Amino acid sequence: MGGDAMSAFPTVVPAEPDIVTLRSEFPILSREINGHPLAYLDNAATSQKPRSVIEAVDAFYTSHNANIHRSLHSLGEEATADWEGARKKVARFIGAATTEEIVFTRGTTESINLVASSWGDAFLREGDLILLTLMEHHSNIVPWQLAAARRGARLAYIAIEEDGSLDLEAVERGWDPRTRIVCATHMSNVLGTINDLRRLADIAHSHGALLLADAAQSVPHMGIDVGALGCDFLAFSGHKMYAPMGIGVLWGREALLEAMPPYMGGGDMIRSVGLESSTWNELPWKFEAGTPDVGGAVGLSAAIDFIETIGWDYIGRRESALGRLALETLEAVPGLRVHGRAQGRGAVFSFSFEDIHPHDIAQFLDREGIAVRAGHHCAQPLMRHLGVPATARASLAFWNEEAEVRRLGEALEGARRFYL
Amino acid sequence: MSGFDELYQDIIMDHYRRPRGRADLSHIPEDRVMENPTCGDSIKLEVQKDGEGRIVEIRHQGQGCAISTASASLMTEFARGMSGEEARAAAARFVAALRGDSSLDELDAMGDLAALRGVAGLPVRVKCATLPWHALIRALEAEA
Repeated sequence: MGGDAMSAFPTVVPAEPDIVTLRSEFPILSREINGHPLAYLDNAATSQKPRSVIEAVDAFYTSHNANIHRSLHSLGEEATADWEGARKKVARFIGAATTEEIVFTRGTTESINLVASSWGDAFLREGDLILLTLMEHHSNIVPWQLAAARRGARLAYIAIEEDGSLDLEAVERGWDPRTRIVCATHMSNVLGTINDLRRLADIAHSHGALLLADAAQSVPHMGIDVGALGCDFLAFSGHKMYAPMGIGVLWGREALLEAMPPYMGGGDMIRSVGLESSTWNELPWKFEAGTPDVGGAVGLSAAIDFIETIGWDYIGRRESALGRLALETLEAVPGLRVHGRAQGRGAVFSFSFEDIHPHDIAQFLDREGIAVRAGHHCAQPLMRHLGVPATARASLAFWNEEAEVRRLGEALEGARRFYL
Repeated sequence: MSGFDELYQDIIMDHYRRPRGRADLSHIPEDRVMENPTCGDSIKLEVQKDGEGRIVEIRHQGQGCAISTASASLMTEFARGMSGEEARAAAARFVAALRGDSSLDELDAMGDLAALRGVAGLPVRVKCATLPWHALIRALEAEA
């Protein structure tokens, strides 16, 4: 309509968010650490919180605080609306078919434990196989070890190629017919690898198995659509995506969640309680026993608004550019080895010096006001695969600045001079 | 002195660069390795005593940062000449002081170990400095 008439006018391009304004949204960035402005390069451990999230949580406790689903008064109605409103927003955010498929948890770890306990105990049989990957976080390994021990099931691990990607060819070739579920991270917290979960889902489904996706690392960096991803369960935490710590999400296909027994017993998850037995509430409340973190859900809702205001396009472009610079910068440091070279990797970089321990690197960087993580990153099987006890890790977010990446490079040179 | 400089004092860096008592302990089985669960660091110990049961040397091997390496090295020097019971009591005192269960001033009576004082304010690093000492306590208890 009116295409010709409109072409006389310049196309309206939405203004690019400006980095100084963006950074001013994060109050913590005004802090100085050891006399230097904070360079926070530990986003994969937890994200910093924008003012809008902090204010939303504050407003909940200042003006709306009440218990949900039971308090029949105005505040109770407001709090319940906040909680259920957050659920609707999360459902839309990840493309869930219904809000009943969104279960609030304390975080990724609890979400995975819920599936491993509830689904695992109900559906795993002796001799069944649980297929994990060598790059999983302990939170996607240990719950399955516990489930396997309870049910007499077996565990196997998908191998990692030289570049840090999963060997999916081998999965197809060596498929064990007793495999019931594949549990894989969407993005490695160590290697930065973004796994092709669509293909893994197709392999699993072609053999009648399920796919659980750990999206803890990917959810702040890319738009997730559970339909497109093809998984059957998806777990993530709020705190890595600009929301508070203590709130997380489990998404599951409705039919699967419907067939699963409760995970924890308590208030809110029941329909009626007798002396000997009880009946369960409907989805998703069947899995939400006890008073939940309503303030956290309000913060999560505000975090989704924050992300959507900035937009995936900008986030993706900024993080790709910062990631390229970080890789160049790290590679220029003599003696430094970067782990993980998969195509299209995210902006998470684990690295080692042959003769300097990651703790000592991190402590030296902290002296310069630079925050990185050092340790095994809750991925000991992967550390053994890489042949290192631990690594240092810098992880970026769209609001980081090029200058911060350069400071990292200079400080690493300094660390090398200090320790060697 | 900044936190960093207090942590990485010359004496610590010296023991890190030239660790006393470091040895090849590949004959000790892997299941006797002491690990730091937060970082994956590990250490093996062997306590050598003389005919009267006094410690001659504590040999150690492991993967660790400057702080845990220096702490193991300082421990070897500190425990030389002690009985097993004396060394165990000293290890318990050292761990308690660093963890804040007793006064940090305890370290002042422990010679060069006072150089590890800077660790006390850093809960994550306390585990680095105490790892060799936990391993010593376990090794001496296994002997007893």
